[in-house]
Amino acid sequence: MTNEMVSIWFFIGISLAVNGALILGAGIYQLVNPPTDPGVVLFSLHANVWWGALLLICGLVYCVWFAPKRQRKAN
Amino acid sequence: MTPFMATYVATRLVRLSPVDIVIVVFYFALVLSIGWYLKSRANTGEDFFMAGREMTAWVAGLSFLSANLGALELMGWAGSAYQYGILATHWYWIGAIPAMLFLALVMMPFYYISKTHSVPGYLKLRFGEPSRALSAVSFAFMTVLMSGVNMFAMAKVMQIVLGWDINFSIWVSSITVAIYVTLGGLRSAIFNEVLQFFLIWAGALLIPILGLYEAGGWAALKLQIAQRASAQYVHLWAGLGSFTTNPMGIHWTGIVFGLGAIISMGYWTTDFLVVQRILAAKDIRSAEMAPIIGAGFKMMVPFIVILPGLLGLAVLPEKLVPESVATITGAHSYNDVLPLMLARYCGPGLLGLGVTALIAGFMSGMAGNVSAFTTVWTYDIYRPLINSGGSDQHYVSMGRWTTVIGVLISVGTAYLVMQFASIMDYVQALFSFFIAPLFGTVVLGMLWKRASGPGGFWGLLCGTLCSVGMWTWVKVDPSALQYVALSPHAKGLAQDMYQALWSFLVCVIVTVAVSYATKPVADEALTGLVYGLTEVPSVGEVPLYQKPLFWASIVTAVFIALNIIFW
Repeated sequence: MTNEMVSIWFFIGISLAVNGALILGAGIYQLVNPPTDPGVVLFSLHANVWWGALLLICGLVYCVWFAPKRQRKAN
Repeated sequence: MTPFMATYVATRLVRLSPVDIVIVVFYFALVLSIGWYLKSRANTGEDFFMAGREMTAWVAGLSFLSANLGALELMGWAGSAYQYGILATHWYWIGAIPAMLFLALVMMPFYYISKTHSVPGYLKLRFGEPSRALSAVSFAFMTVLMSGVNMFAMAKVMQIVLGWDINFSIWVSSITVAIYVTLGGLRSAIFNEVLQFFLIWAGALLIPILGLYEAGGWAALKLQIAQRASAQYVHLWAGLGSFTTNPMGIHWTGIVFGLGAIISMGYWTTDFLVVQRILAAKDIRSAEMAPIIGAGFKMMVPFIVILPGLLGLAVLPEKLVPESVATITGAHSYNDVLPLMLARYCGPGLLGLGVTALIAGFMSGMAGNVSAFTTVWTYDIYRPLINSGGSDQHYVSMGRWTTVIGVLISVGTAYLVMQFASIMDYVQALFSFFIAPLFGTVVLGMLWKRASGPGGFWGLLCGTLCSVGMWTWVKVDPSALQYVALSPHAKGLAQDMYQALWSFLVCVIVTVAVSYATKPVADEALTGLVYGLTEVPSVGEVPLYQKPLFWASIVTAVFIALNIIFW
């Protein structure tokens, strides 16, 4: 990649962070307002809370590490 | 709407919540933004068709793997795992890993130092124009048809899973792909393939994790599968001593020699759709490392594809049935196992991510087909056969128009398949005709300097005709399968394995015979193209942990260990 180009990993970071935030938000909403019929097996594990948080953290790490400003400095 | 399609309308596996729809819409916005961002970096032929040849090993490697990680692959092999058990893993391990490592260590240096734009381009350098024309025309024609078949299959799945209108799915996906590939060329396709790789893992990894939790672990899962299906469903090799002792009706020779030695070698080393990603690598070390990185991740794909199929056998309350039965009875088919497992565990948000992963797989697969078609059409058909005197800008412009036209042909094919469903089987069969003989031609060209131009051409042609002949023979007289696949107990998949093996052998025999009967090519003309006459460039003075051979050894060791563990 040329120096000026935004790294592909930055785009990956945006994708993971936004999706993680949306999933975490949906999970927290269900945690606070438990549905009468969750519609999924193992609802008690609240997978969307911890999976969403994991994606959000990974995404933010990518966004910060491969931020265009930081990459320009590194190059 | 045709009666064929009407059978799919009534069912809908999952219902998306608003947050799921936001996640899907965000994906479309992101891929279009990436295409828009990259449009200023696709001005020259090298940029548009070869992504500037500046991809790192990681980007090229993940893209190489993702080009084969489409949603149809995921859903189809998850369904095969439900139907045949862990045997489906062979298509991910012995049916991929040795071929990927062979590409990295043996073939990649020749592709890379010849600076070819495509696999047909290598055939031109090695065997002359007739071989290139034969492989380029067949590849371009079949690739764009396959893209249409996949587009229709995608729209069908979206209808079954989400209840989406089939026209909506076809046009939204094809317009999006046309925009981002036309704007950014191969670089745009590669970026979106890497994005797809992450989405697939993020969207699908929860299924095996939660599934194993529900089943009580691997040991408990094996017991449940043994009770509900057969103990053979969890053994990779133990049942392959005979055609009758495994659910797939295949012998180990078919898996090892047909799948491992021919089909996978042909696909992973000569199918330009995947090889194009490696040709975009920035240097020889990256080009060699990319397939090795791809192989490392390929070994893990069964965890998100095969395991959900096996888990479906154990935890789903209903019994899934073949597609032919499902269309009559309305029951769920084997191919529905992945969406069913997704719906079983994934609530709001997670469901949207899983569906987005499937859509991303479909779209990047289509983009891969279209970008490969565009390159082969422009560089291997249009430039040598129609207009050889154009400027670089002219060929880039041709590439952009070809992208749009390729997408439109795909859409046309999709609607044709909608009207005549049997076309899908024919197109998929046609595509398989070329893979095994092409591998024979390319590998002889790289490793045997005596192979002559006429030898390469006639070997490729006879091998392909042999494949077509065997397929037609079995189609006309199904009992002929016992001769093609060497057993009256052989089933459909065994035919593919042996058909590939025989067509490869015919290609090799004809190439050798014709080469000995014709004039050899002078050594000077083969420099940079053939083993023994080419000084393979070194990857440079790098530490052991950066050497391709080191990582290939590790991948090989893990590959052997996995096969022993799941024997």
